[in-house]
This record gives sequence, structure tokens and C-alpha cells, in this order.
Amino acid sequence: MTVNVRTALQIVAALIVAGLAAWLLPQYLELFTLINATVFVSMGLLALSLGLIWGFGGILCFGQTAFFGIGGYTYAVAAINFGDTTWAVPLALLVPTAVAAALGYLMFFGRISDVYMGVITLTTTLILFKFANSTAGDQWTIGTAPLGGFNGIPGTPPLNFPLDPSNQLAPEQVFVVAVLALGICYAVAKLILRTRFGRVAVAIKENELRAELLGYDVRLHKLGLFAIGGFMAGLAGILFANCVFVSPTMFSLSYAGQVIIWVLVGGIGTLVGPVIGCMLIQALTTYAGTLSAIDPNLLLGVLFMLAVVVVPKGLLPTATTILLRLMRRGEP
Amino acid sequence: MTALLTTEGLQMRFGGVVAVDGVSLAINEGELRCLIGPNGAGKSTFFKCLTGQYKPTAGRIFWRGKDITALDPFAIARLGVGIKTQVPSLFDGLTALEGVCLCRHSSEAEAKRRAMRALERLGIGALANRRVGLLAHGQRQLVELAMVVAPEPDLIILDEPTAGMSTEETNRAADLIRELNQQHAIVVVEHDMQFIRAIARTVTVFHQGRVLMEDSAATVFADPRVRDVYLGKAVA
Ligand SMILES: Nc1ncnc2c1ncn2[C@@H]1O[C@H](COP(=O)(O)OP(=O)(O)OP(=O)(O)O)[C@@H](O)[C@H]1O
Ligand SMILES: [Mg+2]
Repeated sequence: MTVNVRTALQIVAALIVAGLAAWLLPQYLELFTLINATVFVSMGLLALSLGLIWGFGGILCFGQTAFFGIGGYTYAVAAINFGDTTWAVPLALLVPTAVAAALGYLMFFGRISDVYMGVITLTTTLILFKFANSTAGDQWTIGTAPLGGFNGIPGTPPLNFPLDPSNQLAPEQVFVVAVLALGICYAVAKLILRTRFGRVAVAIKENELRAELLGYDVRLHKLGLFAIGGFMAGLAGILFANCVFVSPTMFSLSYAGQVIIWVLVGGIGTLVGPVIGCMLIQALTTYAGTLSAIDPNLLLGVLFMLAVVVVPKGLLPTATTILLRLMRRGEP
Repeated sequence: MTALLTTEGLQMRFGGVVAVDGVSLAINEGELRCLIGPNGAGKSTFFKCLTGQYKPTAGRIFWRGKDITALDPFAIARLGVGIKTQVPSLFDGLTALEGVCLCRHSSEAEAKRRAMRALERLGIGALANRRVGLLAHGQRQLVELAMVVAPEPDLIILDEPTAGMSTEETNRAADLIRELNQQHAIVVVEHDMQFIRAIARTVTVFHQGRVLMEDSAATVFADPRVRDVYLGKAVA
């Protein structure tokens, strides 16, 4: 791995922003707003996971929410059964990663084309949505955790300090964990892209045939990246479960579609872009939700269409281009 | 001389079209071989079979005596086979150096050293940090060639490497191929007779998926059948 100055600066900047947010926001935001902010952050991580595999691996995944939901559900079920979240967390990271690896294996080693990949991943999350919705009866209980059908698992336990179940994290602390998780995942994703594995993954996105003819196993690289995306989406699901609770909505078409919009609006081929896109759009739709005059979904649709027409490359790449142009004009 | 690569009755059928029809051919260690033949003779398809992009419908391919017919393209590449495809195949979003650095090698420093050497050898060291997508056609050809050469494969396959090059560029390419041949076996497809005369020892003529003849350049060009094939006449 060769980390250049630019990557190092980006990582440091991201960690500083995350650190500042973790330190300052809990002091100034009201509890309700802070919990909402935690939801935003968990969604930001979900957007980051899709931004990574789509923007850098060219993997068209329309059902990233599958791993988000699986992470959340695994966490909730395991935490209720164990009565402690210490081991629920690694399990809830392992399961979505493994599911992503298995699904990826079928898709990449089956040499499925991009369009079908989109369809298969979307179908996966919708099947999970259907399934989760159908688990209302008592027979749908794993250990001591009832899956609860469309109600989900309202009693999803919040994180506790390691091996200390009686000592649960306060919402402020959950926020800190979420922000740091997002910051660290961003840094890790940046570093992965600087490794040989990451650079080959990007090369594959550029030209699959050429990468293969240079001796790289395209399928294995895509599988690896897809599993990493599954891991991050699973982590996002755990965080989400901590501030809301798990329910079939996590798998829903509406969520699956929103993530795609965040990534497209924020900018494909960047990592910060999808996170910014996610935060901005969520803030806007939440705000619109408080006004009874505007339907948030309608607003989301309009925003998306505007973004596609006005900034087809996404907010961040467009902003960077404009900034560079302005700076150049400033030079004598 | 030992055979580096041999094919036995290689056939590639697309529905009713038999693009490669029972080709048996041997490339020796260190050889420089020209493949010629009119459009649609099956040259590119033959190369795609050799590099694993197509699985031949019949026949076998051997690399140093080992059957590699069923191997995936990446596995064949790892044996030491590099190909410059007829349709340029590059990483447009990367810089020339980034792309060439992707040659597989144990250490990153070594990969970079080889990449730089390959670029300089092809006279495009100055383009190292330019984005490949923004380069001129001839320069792109050279970058692709650098990508093929950098891992130092034992066999280099070039499918019409001088297409779209100026006369001067073509002459340079001929020099280059002769130079590369000191370390690598090379199979090159070309339409330019001047070019073939400049570099060739043995020429293999493809026609309708079969090997029409195989001989020295002088003999091949003197043969009336070859002229007929190129003029589109039926050949018995
Ligand atoms: N994927 C494919 N599907 C169907 N037919 C194909 C395919 N690839 C090649 N062919 C056919 O096989 C024959 C040989 O094509 P090929 O490209 O190998 O010829 P070539 O000798 O490389 O010609 P050129 O000099 O024009 O590059 C042609 O008739 C072509 O139409
Ligand atoms: Mg051809």
C-alpha cells in the first residue's frame, strides 16, 4: 500500500470532522434531534457502503439494504438471546458479510451481467422485506426473540459496554459510537482503495477485460469488495437498530431506492459524496415532513430529478470542478 | 527448439459460423511469427481462444506441453501470455503509469520500476502521469503495449498493433518489436506487407478459419494463392 499525501489529508480531515461532531453535537443538540442525527449517520454509513462498491467496483447493487437489514435483525435477535450486546455485534457484522459473500459468489462466479445484478440484489432485499413482514406469528421466534412481522422488534436492546449488560449506552454515547464508526469506515475505505486490491478493483471497474488479461481474477476482487460493502452496511444496520428499532422497513423498496438516490446525488466515484448526499437529502425530507403542505416522497422525487438534470455527476464532483475553475481564475 | 505454445485442431464455432476451423500451430520459444489473412479469416478469434476469452468448441491448447484449454483468461495471463487486443483495451480513467503499474509483481516497488522502464522503452516516459483517456490514438496504442510488456511475459500477442499509426510510427513499432523479440516470443497480426517484410521470419496465412500456408515471408508473398486470398478470389 502506498498512501499519498492527498489520501492522508482526506483521512485526517474526516477523522477530525467526526471527532468534532462526536464531541460537540451531544452538547448542543436536544436529545430527540441527536437521536435523529444518529439515524442520519447510520444511513450515511449505508450510503458509504454503496458508494464504495458501486463507485469504485462498478457493482450495481440495488439492494444494499439487504445487508443493512440483516445486520440489524441479527443484532437484535442475538442481543435479546444473549442478554448482552458484546457478542451480538461481531455476529451481526459476520452474518451480513457472509451473506454478501455468498450472494456475490453466485453473481460473480455465475458471470451475471450488470443489469441482472441490479435486479437480483433488489429482489433479494424485497424477498427479505416480504419474509420479515410475514413473521408475525409466535412460531417466528428465534430463541427468545420474536421477529414480530411488520412491527419488527420494538424491544431491540441498545448497545452495552463490553461484557457489562447492565451498563447500557446512553443515546449521546450511541451517537458518538455511530459518528466514529462512520469516520473510521471512511478512512478504512480510503485505505483499501490505496492497496493493490483496491487499485485492481478500480481497474476492473475501468476495464474488466484488460484487468483479466493482465492476470487478475476479476470475480475474486468483486467478491471481496462486495463483502466489504456488506460488512459496512451491516454495521450501519446495527447503528440504526440502536436508535430506532429493527423492522421490515429496513429492507423496503423505499429505503433501497433512497440509498441509490443519495449515492447518485452525492456523486458516484467519491466516498464523501454519498455521505453528504445522504445527510442533505435526509435533512431536507425530514424538514419537509414537518410542513404538512409538502409530501416528503414527492420532494425526494423532485430533488432526484433536479439533481440528475442539473448536476448529473453528483454534488461533490460538480462542486469540486467549480471550485477548481474558480481557483484557476483567481491565479494571475 | 522447444515449442512454447501449440494448438491441436483448434476450432471455434459461433452457431453456423466456423471462425476457427481446425488450426494446428506451434510457436517456439523466442520466435517472431506473423499471422496474416483477409478480414474475417479468424485471426482475432484464434487469439481469443489462446488467451482464454473464448472456450474453443474443439481442439486443445498446450503451454510448454501442459494442456491449458480450460483455463480462465487470468490464469493463462499468469503463465506469461500478454495480449494487445485489436480493439484497444485500456484503463481510460487511470494515468499511464497507474495502468502499467498494475502488472502483477510481488513487490510494489518492483512493479513501479518495471512500469517506468516499459514506458521509457516505448518512448512515452513523459506521458507517465497523463490520463490515458485523454491521449492521442497512437500514444494509447503505445500505453497498451507498455501494459503488455511490463510484466515481461514469455509470449506477446499483438493483434494489429500498428493500426492507425503513421508511417513513421509504424517504422518505430517495427524496430520495437524486433527489439522485444530478443527477450519474448511474439505473434503479431498485421495487414501492412511493408511492416511484415521488415520484421518477419515465418509467416502463417489464415484463410476462412484455416491455415492456408506457413513459410518464410519471401515465399509466402511470392505465392499466388496468398494474393488471390487477399484479392478475395476463391482458393482451392
Ligand atoms: N462473437 C462472435 N459471434 C459470432 N461470430 C463471430 C464472433 N467473433 C467473430 N465472429 C466471426 O468469425 C469470423 C472471424 O472473425 P475474426 O474477428 O476472428 O477475423 P479476423 O481475421 O480477426 O479479421 P480482421 O482482420 O477483420 O480483424 C468472422 O466471420 C466474424 O464475423
Ligand atoms: Mg481481427
